[in-house]
Amino acid sequence: MTAIASAGVRPIGRSGPDWRGMAFQGLLLFSLLFSLAVLATLLLDIVQRAVPVIAERGTDILTRPTSSQPTKAGVAQGIFGTGMMAVFVIAFAFPIGIMTAIYLEEYARDSRLTRFISLNIRNLAGVPSVVYGLLGLSIFVLTLGPLTGGRSMIAGGLTLAVLVLPIVIITSSEAIRAVPRALREAGYGVGASRWEVTRKLVVPAAAPGILTGTVLALSRALGETAPLILTGAVLGGFSTGNKDIIEQIFGRFTVLPVTVFDFARKPQADFRELTAAAIVVLLVITLLANAIAILLRNRFERAT
Amino acid sequence: MTAASIPATSLRGNPRRRGPERIVHGLFFGAALGSVLISVLIVASLLGGAIDFLRIVDLGKLVADGWYPRRDEFDLATLIVGSFIVTFIATLVAVPVGLLAAIYLSEYANRRARSVIKPILEILAGIPSVVIGFFALTWISPNVVQLFNPKANDFSLLAAGLGVGVLTIPLIASISEDSLRAVPTALREASYGLGARRMTTSLRIVVPAAISGIVASVILGVSRAIGETMVVAVAAGGSGGSQFTANPFEPGQTITAAMAALATGTDQVVGSTAAFQSLFFLGLVLFILTLVFNQLGELVVRRTRQIY
Repeated sequence: MTAIASAGVRPIGRSGPDWRGMAFQGLLLFSLLFSLAVLATLLLDIVQRAVPVIAERGTDILTRPTSSQPTKAGVAQGIFGTGMMAVFVIAFAFPIGIMTAIYLEEYARDSRLTRFISLNIRNLAGVPSVVYGLLGLSIFVLTLGPLTGGRSMIAGGLTLAVLVLPIVIITSSEAIRAVPRALREAGYGVGASRWEVTRKLVVPAAAPGILTGTVLALSRALGETAPLILTGAVLGGFSTGNKDIIEQIFGRFTVLPVTVFDFARKPQADFRELTAAAIVVLLVITLLANAIAILLRNRFERAT
Repeated sequence: MTAASIPATSLRGNPRRRGPERIVHGLFFGAALGSVLISVLIVASLLGGAIDFLRIVDLGKLVADGWYPRRDEFDLATLIVGSFIVTFIATLVAVPVGLLAAIYLSEYANRRARSVIKPILEILAGIPSVVIGFFALTWISPNVVQLFNPKANDFSLLAAGLGVGVLTIPLIASISEDSLRAVPTALREASYGLGARRMTTSLRIVVPAAISGIVASVILGVSRAIGETMVVAVAAGGSGGSQFTANPFEPGQTITAAMAALATGTDQVVGSTAAFQSLFFLGLVLFILTLVFNQLGELVVRRTRQIY
């Protein structure tokens, strides 16, 4: 024993204050606070810029179309376009995504094809959004142009639906996988068919998780700019005239993030403040969606 | 009455209940194949456009003084160097901050602190990139970039890179934290049992055990930074084209921002001009780059993952 000790083995624990440990903990805390400070600075800076315009114009900003004059420009068309994008994502990406997730988790055997489909979905989730814009441009705008009306709202909406599809599939799959096996076995035990087990037991049990994932995907879609610029969302002014909603679906459109980008590019100083005001509207929509998803998940996690 | 007396037909179930099974199965399988169709269409449109571009363009124009698609000057080096600078700066910011924040959340923070801080980080992750771009241009550029170099342009690759870094922090923090927390408590207890302090346990036991997830988070962060478009489109300038530059204090262009710039003028470039087709060529380069990084991430996870 004494031989080992005298051979110079350092004891791991040392007495006295652990300065290095404290410094390390300080560094960790600093990194975390740094991230939070960035978020706080961003929000404060934007609100600070936006307040004078909002105070001066009030809801006028929300109800006016885009314009080249900063005192007249508003985000009404952007809000309408963003709302319609949500409709497209909910109508296309949600059902197809959830059905795919159910197939992969409940129906598919562990075959080579299944593994290929899963790998493919994971790869799709990593494809940059601007590349989805090219897909939309080439397929929905050019190839299917006669059906979609070219650079139209429907082309943009379908592009966003395709963009978030992998996210919907992955988050729904995770929620379905988290459903305990015993629940399914109980269902089969009383003679239910696979579809009955899926519809009446698995999907209801996974619903909160699926909902969380889909709302997050929706929020992501509503904040996207690049793919919609490529599929032809309008930068600058345009008029929808007296078109009804069906004609508008096949016509020109813009969305809030594209309006923000458009305003941000304008050289006039007045547009800086208007950009900030448009960002406030955009953040209220996307952060609200995010907050709902986070709340849902926290409730869900506590319940299980 | 024995079980054997039940006729086999009654075990087959009600045909009215069996009917939907096949339809549902087919429908869901079709939905799953849809995702494969999307990949096929992506690759087909990118390849088709890229091949058209290489056929139309004078290959000598791929090396020029800068990227000016409307003047038929397609200097790829301008964009690749621009993308590299932005990604490098973003990684330099996001990896240490994200990783250290993850270690704090996983090893030091108590349950209540974590339940408050994690949602805040998720809010940061949920901010649209065009908003971060505006922030990079109007706040980071005057307050940070021009602090280092007062003569720097309002639009600069550095401001864009810092903005992309801000965007990547939550991604790296969240994946790293998940993998740190997946390390079994028994390992930590063994370390404490030997008398090691929290810092030693974190750095010598937990981080090495979670290294696969940490490396994957860095690779995915890099991939995300390469593909980020709007921050660079807003904050790096160069909307009409860009001179070759390797100076982060100057305006510049990345692969993604060049695509956004081309598209903002698509009314002019639509058709079969080289400028329009160059969109698809850039898309293909970007697609391959991010695919390689994502595959690398998966490979690292598979190679180094320890199953506990």
